[in-house]
Amino acid sequence: MKKAGIIMIIGSLLLLGLFKFPLWNIMLGAPQYPDPLGMDIYIEGIQGVEEFDIQNIDGLNHYIGMKTIPKVEDMWEFSVFPKVIGAMVALGVLIGILGFLGKVSYKWFLGWFVLMSVLGILGMYDFNLWLIDYGTDLDPKAIMKLENLDGTPMTYKPPLLGYQKMLNFDVDSWPGTGAYMIFVGMILTVVAFFVGKKEYKKSKA
Amino acid sequence: MKKTINILIALIMAAGLVSCNNGGDQKSKKGGQGGLATNAAERVYVAPGEHDEFYGFMSGGFSGQLGVYGLPSGRLLKVLPVFSQNPENGWGYSEETKPMLNTSYGFVPWDDSHHPDISQTNGVLDGRWIFINGNNTPRIARIGLKSFKTEEIIEIPNSAGNHSSSFITENTEYVVAGTRFSVPVPQKDMSINEYKGNFKGALTFINVDQETGRMGIKFQLMMPGFNYDLSHPGRDKSHGWFFFTTYNTEEAHSLLEVNASQNDKDFIAAVNWKVIEEYVNNGGGTKVPANYAHNILDEHTHTATSTMLKEVLTVNPMDVPGAVYFLPTPKSPHGCDVDPTGEYIIGNGKLSADLTVHSFTKMLDAIENKKFDGEAYGIPILNFEDILAGVVKQPGLGPLHTEFDGNGNAYTTFFISSEVVKWKVGTWEVLDRQPVFYSVGHGMIPGGNSRKPFGKYFVALNKITKDRYLPTGPELTQSAQLFDITGDKMELLLDFPTIGEPHYAAAIPAELVAPNSTKIFKLAENKHKYAVLQDSDVRVERDGKDVHIYMNMIRSHFNPDNIEGVKVGDKVYFHITNHEQDFDVPHGFAVIGANNAELLIMPGATETLLWEPKQVGVWPFYCTDFCSALHQEMQGYIRVSPADSNIELSWSLGED
Ligand SMILES: [Cu+2]
Repeated sequence: MKKAGIIMIIGSLLLLGLFKFPLWNIMLGAPQYPDPLGMDIYIEGIQGVEEFDIQNIDGLNHYIGMKTIPKVEDMWEFSVFPKVIGAMVALGVLIGILGFLGKVSYKWFLGWFVLMSVLGILGMYDFNLWLIDYGTDLDPKAIMKLENLDGTPMTYKPPLLGYQKMLNFDVDSWPGTGAYMIFVGMILTVVAFFVGKKEYKKSKA
Repeated sequence: MKKTINILIALIMAAGLVSCNNGGDQKSKKGGQGGLATNAAERVYVAPGEHDEFYGFMSGGFSGQLGVYGLPSGRLLKVLPVFSQNPENGWGYSEETKPMLNTSYGFVPWDDSHHPDISQTNGVLDGRWIFINGNNTPRIARIGLKSFKTEEIIEIPNSAGNHSSSFITENTEYVVAGTRFSVPVPQKDMSINEYKGNFKGALTFINVDQETGRMGIKFQLMMPGFNYDLSHPGRDKSHGWFFFTTYNTEEAHSLLEVNASQNDKDFIAAVNWKVIEEYVNNGGGTKVPANYAHNILDEHTHTATSTMLKEVLTVNPMDVPGAVYFLPTPKSPHGCDVDPTGEYIIGNGKLSADLTVHSFTKMLDAIENKKFDGEAYGIPILNFEDILAGVVKQPGLGPLHTEFDGNGNAYTTFFISSEVVKWKVGTWEVLDRQPVFYSVGHGMIPGGNSRKPFGKYFVALNKITKDRYLPTGPELTQSAQLFDITGDKMELLLDFPTIGEPHYAAAIPAELVAPNSTKIFKLAENKHKYAVLQDSDVRVERDGKDVHIYMNMIRSHFNPDNIEGVKVGDKVYFHITNHEQDFDVPHGFAVIGANNAELLIMPGATETLLWEPKQVGVWPFYCTDFCSALHQEMQGYIRVSPADSNIELSWSLGED
């Protein structure tokens, strides 16, 4: 299971990209913002794509009563997520090494993948909850209170994934480099599972 | 029917003008010159959302400012306040910028700005700074081409009518400031009759720090009491020399139109500044008492300081043999222009029928062989024939100034015959002439003042517009005309109005400037003494009769927006910091009854307006720049109580 172990190790290590690259990116463009405002969402906090984007997004959002974009200390996620990712990397590498040495079964690789998938889904769910809260829990003293055609108050939840027109803004929400790295990393752990399975069968035969 | 015939005739006439344009017909005054028959409109059209190819900087002349135009569209992009107060943004009115207009004569809130010149490296435009002279109260300003702000102004002592400036050497080593009027040095009470031999003409060499752009007077060359009109640095092979045209070598002091036009030849003064620099670096020259202002706008404090300097180093040309020579040049030359190779020095004798071209090589040769034709005040005069490279014969009337296209052609403006004449450098033959509307002063080719002109366009800077635009009463705008010079014949593409008097201009490819343009000032780098970087620092303080309001602004409110406890007779200083960090979102500040101006405060900057309330009441202030959907709501009140009131200072925001 040498090859499978190495693939498992590489796959888990790819998650480290999250400490350097954004997980998600939301861009807000409008006629008067020919260079769109944008935020990069990292597991350790949110940053503007350009230096003052966050301040400017907050400035715009205050018209409709949205909360300011959370600082690191405002959300538990930003302290927990790095720990979870760190632990998953360590666990993945450990399983990989043990697999390489033949101490654990290839099934552990899949186990890691399933655990990571569950955590990932929980993460996305949490992210979506935050977006909902951010886009709907508006200041009752908001300067502009807009209604939908059916008379319900307008909300401003950015899309979890994809494009949406929100008032005068074109909002794009797409995975960032970090997300693609997890994606590739997780695929590699599945590959490790199958390679490990093959290697195991070969050794049996 | 009659109308149709008229139109037909007009069209035929216009076609005639276009087709036989190559000489002699410049007296025809009306009609669609060029343009009509061509696709001129297309060639100057810059579609919505697209940018011009060049920045054109045209002096404001008597407006004292510098106009920024896009070329080829001729669109006015901005008026940069330099030497004149500008109430629309508070330049020269705000406490921060008032020191910029300080001089030894006190506060001088206007000037006559003439010749912009863009900084160079190795003789090529580099887009770092643009310099311009104040003619009336001798000053040189440096404008940063990142911020498009006047960052520095230095006054020139011992000078009057700072006209033969602000031309720069090819590595921006020096900016020169030559005096048009000679004056007693030091100034004193004396009879004007004693002008001759007693007045001096100071040619001032200002060195430029290559990092910061900071200017300092390195030396003043104290020349005979002629009038020094224009100047041009040597290029390439003549780098190290500077050439100044003179008129009134007669040294007349009255009725100059006659008395200063008697000599058949005046001079171009050739100054070897490298020799003088060496002399000065070795301790040469005489320090003399002087009194002149040096004003600097700090980019971090957003505040100008004015320092009075008390001494200047003067150099007597007699003390530096080999530094200065006179080149005889007919007749009251105005422009003094050096071609991009540095070989030819063109004297535009404005009362002469011909253009005189001197050869730099021949000049050096004559100097080496000491072929002099006498001297003036101890300065050797070279022999006219020995240094003559050629003559452009009878090109027109009243030549003023020559620019170059980089392809071996020169373009000379003729004030009296109102035309631009293209001629070949070296053969001196006239290639083309085009009428201008009307009475052109300087002409300009982007980079035409450097080793590497971008010879695509020629801009004529005209003094009189008469019928070119809709009349606006007796006072009409002055104007510029854009020619395409890429073909054999110049082609008129566009007329456009300009601010003030477009005396001279400089232009540079936009790509050398636009990418460096400042978008905002970083609030975190704001070191203004009265900046309010955090809401918690907002406050109002009294110091005797002075009240300091430390305020900030962001879309769409002032903090604080209600202020009480101010009294009649107080001096109220509004120190306002713009907290925006977004490109192109300044806020304005205006308060009722302000006797000075409003402010326009850029993102991240702090500015101060002094307001002296004279009446009891509750007075509004507001934002004057439509900044957001809630711009109208961006307002506040200041309560003014009687002088003997004991209402305490208080301030608030968002409280009922
Ligand atoms: Cu405003």
